[in-house]
Amino acid sequence: MEKKLYTIIIYTENIAGMLNQVTAEFTRRMMNIDTITASSSSVEGVHRYTISLWGEEDSIQKVTKRIEKKVDVLKADYYVDKEIFYQEVALYKLSTPKILENNKISKLIRHNGAHVIEMNANYTVVEKTGSTGVILDLYNEFVAQQCMLQFVKSGRVAVPRDSIENLTELLFDEDYKRKPTKNNK
Amino acid sequence: MSKEIISGGEALMRSLINEGVDTVFGYPGGSIMPVFDAMYDHRDDFRQVLVRHEQGAVHAAQGYARSSGKVGVTIVTSGPGATNTLTGISDAMLDSTPIVVIAGQVGCAVLGTDAFQEIDFVGITQPITKWSYQIRRPEDVAWAVARAFYIARTGRPGPVVLDFTKNAQTAMTEFEPACVDSVRSYIPYPTPCRKAVEEAAALIDNAERPFMIVGQGIELGEAHEELKAFAEKANIPVGKTLLGLSAFPSDHPLCAGMLGMHGNYGPNYNTNQCDLLIAVGMRFSDRVTGNVATYAKQAKVIHIDIDHAEINKNVTVDVPIVGDCKEVLPMLTELVEKRDHSKWIESFAELNAIEYEKVGAKALHPDGGPLLMGEVARKVSEASNNSAILVTDVGQNQMMSSRYFKYTLPRSILTSGGLGTMGYGLPAAIGAKMAMPERTVCLFTGDGGFQMNIQELGTIMEQGTAVKMILLNNNYLGNVRQWQELFFDHRYSWTPMLNPDYSMIANGYGIPSRLVIEREELDEAIREMLSSPGPYLLHVAIKEEANVMPMTPPGATVSEMIFE
Repeated sequence: MEKKLYTIIIYTENIAGMLNQVTAEFTRRMMNIDTITASSSSVEGVHRYTISLWGEEDSIQKVTKRIEKKVDVLKADYYVDKEIFYQEVALYKLSTPKILENNKISKLIRHNGAHVIEMNANYTVVEKTGSTGVILDLYNEFVAQQCMLQFVKSGRVAVPRDSIENLTELLFDEDYKRKPTKNNK
Repeated sequence: MSKEIISGGEALMRSLINEGVDTVFGYPGGSIMPVFDAMYDHRDDFRQVLVRHEQGAVHAAQGYARSSGKVGVTIVTSGPGATNTLTGISDAMLDSTPIVVIAGQVGCAVLGTDAFQEIDFVGITQPITKWSYQIRRPEDVAWAVARAFYIARTGRPGPVVLDFTKNAQTAMTEFEPACVDSVRSYIPYPTPCRKAVEEAAALIDNAERPFMIVGQGIELGEAHEELKAFAEKANIPVGKTLLGLSAFPSDHPLCAGMLGMHGNYGPNYNTNQCDLLIAVGMRFSDRVTGNVATYAKQAKVIHIDIDHAEINKNVTVDVPIVGDCKEVLPMLTELVEKRDHSKWIESFAELNAIEYEKVGAKALHPDGGPLLMGEVARKVSEASNNSAILVTDVGQNQMMSSRYFKYTLPRSILTSGGLGTMGYGLPAAIGAKMAMPERTVCLFTGDGGFQMNIQELGTIMEQGTAVKMILLNNNYLGNVRQWQELFFDHRYSWTPMLNPDYSMIANGYGIPSRLVIEREELDEAIREMLSSPGPYLLHVAIKEEANVMPMTPPGATVSEMIFE
């Protein structure tokens, strides 16, 4: 079976220990999480995890079901890239003296639609939102210009392309809760 | 009217009583002392069973739960008391047994400081429980207990842990009983999809060689009558997993026997001959499927299970039905038509007759020589009118007793299936007898597993629990020895075992016992055991190097059983 990049979106109750419960399902199978983002969701008291990892659909499906089965997990679904909109955010800390002496760097910032969010005599912090590829391409460009001081990139956040908001349906429609989903087929 | 102000420990007592708890298995210690102190005032409200080791407490709670269908309860202290419960909790998780384990915990103020007997019990138990929660305030006791029992017993049952901090045990709170009957993120009983049921019914009506395999889900869902009604209307033979052996009566004409590595030849062989496999409340364990790559590949598969994560986990399914078997089976019964499968049904008996000729006859009626496990199990079963609860330990004693026992009543086999926990048997039998005092409880154990929780003889002594213990002693860790004989060139590494004088041990605990070596003594000894009013140890000297047969060797195809 072919390995692909999958994104698993999980809604849970916002309680201590949930992250541990979710990640333990991956640990058990020695599946390596690529990125993970945990935050509040559009519903008060509900937390949302976005996890991306490489794997085969069979094992991704099984682990997703096991996560959804947990008592305090409201919903878990997995997607391939074409089924979602996704972004990551990166911060690049660059040397201000290098930027001042090499105008290619400021062009890179402008042409890539990156934003300067702090500038002082020593360093400049640049922010860029995009896909992993776009973010890493810009990283490599900055490295080539020898101006990189620090770099950090977030995990992925994603929303599915379907127009239905799964969670709202889930919480307010009792029948929906009982419908077989993609995962229990 | 103002509400009563009580301690967290007392709130736990009232919450347990509110849940109908009549028996608690436990062991006190520092961080749970306020709870045990509160229990002192409730000695008349429920039975309080002091075990001799916390592992015994959990297995006893499991035995109590599995024999009765009620939630088993264990109360232990923090640290080692808590970690000693882990094997039982894992066992309950794998075998879907509803238990609530309440462990003491150090006070909130010192959590995370490596305080005396502090361990991260919630963290440790999250992967092996349905729910694991730390009670940090006395106000949360009523809600947490109600939620724990609700989660443990509903849907696919399982273990729940409550980690009870000491400050929450001693602090005072207003108490009001709580009731939890839903959790918004938890769907214990999914509504079966009618379209899937219709598809399944069509497959069943068109099948020539349909075969049903059932597991403990029938017992947990109390769907025995629904299963019988469906099997009889559709005229479909029924194979049973180890944990599902009493889901369907052994003497029913449609009973095809036991599945799995040491199951019967008919159901195993015909798994790879049927054109439709209908799995109900079973999880396609590797002990049942053998090599999954060659398992029932010729057949369409219908899988009925309450747990959607079981669907397509081990075996790819054509028609999944996620729901409670008690609800799904009648839906199917209504739709299916009666078909004549008599030749197909007969084929199971023919195959089982081959097994009997090659294995069963010798196991049950040997021509002299030392006693064999199979004959002891069958004689005990028959002497108790095939209506006893069989509790087994793990290993050869488990396989031989479960194979040769007969089952006429629901919830009549308690055995550690998923985890295969040696030491499960003795405490589980204690719990079963306490839950079901009117039934005969027969423990079959080996010399290895018996000694893993032998300290629970003290519990039997103290409680006077009338467990009938049949110790099948072959002076070996028999199952491992069998594998060493068959697959490791007879290299008996660490399996021969020097045994103590079990009669002296039993006498030390004031338990009557009898050693049986000769075949002629066996019937009389069994009679004596069953007619004695209290606990009894029947110590049977068994042929040392006997094997459990037939067998699907590890990794082999389910239909390719070996007989010697």
